[in-house]
Amino acid sequence: MSPASLRMKKKLAFIIPLLVFATVVPIFFSALFEENKEEIPSPLVGKPLPDFLLPSLLDGQLLSRADIVGEPFLLNVWGSWCPSCIVEHPYLEQLSHSGIRVVGLNYKDKPEAARAFLEQLGNPYHRVIVDETGSYGLDLGVYGAPETYLIDARGFIVLKRVGVLDERVWQQQFALPWAKVKEGR
Amino acid sequence: MLPEIGHASLIITMVMALVSSIIPFALTNTYVAKKINEPLLVDLLRATRNIVWGQWFFVTCALVILGIAFLQNDFTVSYVANHSNILLPTQYKISAIWGGHEGSLLLWVWILCLWTSLLAFTNASLPLLVRAQVLAVLSMITLGFLCFIVFTSNPFDRLLPDFPMDGQDLNPLLQDPGLIFHPPMLYMGYVGFAVPFAFAISALVNGHYDRQWAKWSRPWTKAAWAFLTLGIALGSWWAYYELGWGGWWFWDPVENASFLPWLSGLALLHSQLACEKRDGFKVWTVLIAIVTFSLSLLGTFLVRSGVLTSVHSFASDPERGVFILGFLTVVVGGSLLLFSLRAEKLRTDIEFKFISREFLLMLNNIFLLVACATVLIGTLFPIFSDVLNLGKISVGPPYFNTLFFPLALLLLFFMAVVPLVSWGNADLKLKKNTIIISALISAVASLAFQWLYFNNLNLKVASILFLCFWVLLLLLSHLDFRHINNLKSSWSRQSSSQKNMHFAHLGFVISVVGIVLTSIYSDERDVSLAYGETIKVGGVDFTFHGVSAAQGPNYMATVGEVSVFRKNQNPLVFYPEKRYYLVQNNPMTEVSIDAGLLRDLYVALGEDLGEDRWSLRIYYKPFIRFIWLGALIMSISTLIYLFRKKPIPHRVSG
Repeated sequence: MSPASLRMKKKLAFIIPLLVFATVVPIFFSALFEENKEEIPSPLVGKPLPDFLLPSLLDGQLLSRADIVGEPFLLNVWGSWCPSCIVEHPYLEQLSHSGIRVVGLNYKDKPEAARAFLEQLGNPYHRVIVDETGSYGLDLGVYGAPETYLIDARGFIVLKRVGVLDERVWQQQFALPWAKVKEGR
Repeated sequence: MLPEIGHASLIITMVMALVSSIIPFALTNTYVAKKINEPLLVDLLRATRNIVWGQWFFVTCALVILGIAFLQNDFTVSYVANHSNILLPTQYKISAIWGGHEGSLLLWVWILCLWTSLLAFTNASLPLLVRAQVLAVLSMITLGFLCFIVFTSNPFDRLLPDFPMDGQDLNPLLQDPGLIFHPPMLYMGYVGFAVPFAFAISALVNGHYDRQWAKWSRPWTKAAWAFLTLGIALGSWWAYYELGWGGWWFWDPVENASFLPWLSGLALLHSQLACEKRDGFKVWTVLIAIVTFSLSLLGTFLVRSGVLTSVHSFASDPERGVFILGFLTVVVGGSLLLFSLRAEKLRTDIEFKFISREFLLMLNNIFLLVACATVLIGTLFPIFSDVLNLGKISVGPPYFNTLFFPLALLLLFFMAVVPLVSWGNADLKLKKNTIIISALISAVASLAFQWLYFNNLNLKVASILFLCFWVLLLLLSHLDFRHINNLKSSWSRQSSSQKNMHFAHLGFVISVVGIVLTSIYSDERDVSLAYGETIKVGGVDFTFHGVSAAQGPNYMATVGEVSVFRKNQNPLVFYPEKRYYLVQNNPMTEVSIDAGLLRDLYVALGEDLGEDRWSLRIYYKPFIRFIWLGALIMSISTLIYLFRKKPIPHRVSG
């Protein structure tokens, strides 16, 4: 290879960092506006909640899909390692107090750390399912914690929320579907 | 009135930063072509320095004024109303200055101005133009942050005419001595990396970078890295005793954000070293300097209403997000564009051998950067999968934990071997015996230690311990132990940078030992105990004596009492608390810890189970203090040797 073309090649190499950065930036920007857009529908929305056989956090008893399905509820994916879950926690308590059934999915967490978390911050959950390895999370298509799913009385996934659930999100996305599934429509 | 003066000082600083970022670059061509008369030019460039000092003065004013607003409980200022309260203890009123988004940005800018002023004051041996350019780059960053503060996050915004009679209190999690110093240390680190970044930009602009430059910017990199280490250690220590479930690192985005520049800063340090000694690797050094500062910016943003808003939001305000991301794009994109255009000019062809210190250092740096990229991908993955709709993949602590083990092995291996290899062309045959004998001793020592202390053999632990012992033995092989005088003279023959290296490596090894032993051998129990009942955890008997009520300045508490009986000594008594903060109505756990160099005993109070039974968490954590001890050694030794360095021979500026 001639020295000139070699130098050309080297010169091209110096552009690589810029190119890498240039591909990442649009992703950041679209991530920023993601919240204003409609949530990307999960492939599982409109499908039944996948079956499972996992222990319960507080009594160790094995739970399956049939034990929690029957009336509408929220399935909340959380972990003691997740700071956003601490942020979200008081709102879940509030929902729970107002009579909404919240089932927890303790995701990729140590059960003892999870119990400590609930002891400290209070327990808004009707039941907590332990998914220590994250295999059920894989079935559900969990990105990370927190995530919240609205499940209807038949056990079908109506809605999925990635990120913290708060008053605003509830009013905008959950309030109406919740009222609908409550009426059994 | 005062808050308006604070606001005005920020605007004045903004204008000054604009001026000092323009002058030097506007004059660069005139300076090179000597088109205007020399004294005038010199005066103009000198003026830059004075303007930089002025910026520091006015930002200090703003910071002090915000502090006064907190001390006077001025709840007409919305930032104070949201982060303070009449009952808040005074020290936390001070630390509340940086307890929220607006204030912590102000602290960031204040530290940046402080570093810039120090640079203007100390580097007298730098050529005048280069110094002015470096100051200009730093002023541009100051300018960007000030615009952000003034246009989107003004800490002096008023709540008039309807202001609250009392504030909302500082988040109880943040009411803690560890957190008073954590953010300033972290920011000293983040901001410190702006200096090597500014040097890199100036080098690209001038198309010239020599070993002298590496020498100038290396102390700043070291200082930044040392402060960052200290900041991360403080944060992890705080998480350990404050969050209440005994973890010390959670791999959450905010922690990773500080770990990323730490890794690449480490690569930068070693790259600057190779550059200084061998006059090569300039393109690498410049690139890593840009990457490190970019990661610091990213870190600041992830922490402060960050880019991760969309998925895991702390505070979502799209306007701030757009500004932040725009600024990040301009700074990082701009410098990488400059890099792609000018890096060619910095290239030098140097010959190096495979077994030479510079080559192995570069290899080590590549590992560090790969580790850095892995953590980065793991941290940003939720964003990417969200936007690209990849679906079924999730990232959690297990992903990062699998990373840690091979990374530690590789780094320790390099840490053992590389200091023995000389620059240029090395011959390892001379050191063959030392290497083999020390390896054998380490292998025996690691197995023996594990067996005798923990009664257990674990291959992972053994391999890490082996490397740790090996690093230490080879480190000692630099010294002559035959006589106390030989020992002294062989130590004083080492240069201060070598001494720094030995201590930093020692600290690293100690931290790794702590991490590995704690994660494998901790004994953690969640138990329910009745009054007077005893349980054995980690070979120690804990007795629960009951609970009582107590009251603090802004909280009520339930205090438990747990004791450990010891032979021939007073019993250890633990008082774990559950607190209820009155204003924000938050429950908090205050754990009680008996700290020891070799083990911590950790007791946290859980729930009242009725009938005089309580749930308690009792942990035995061997060697956990080593994690922070090592970090302390790394950072403090680095800072000490920074100031004990022989002064750089004075060079005539020009």
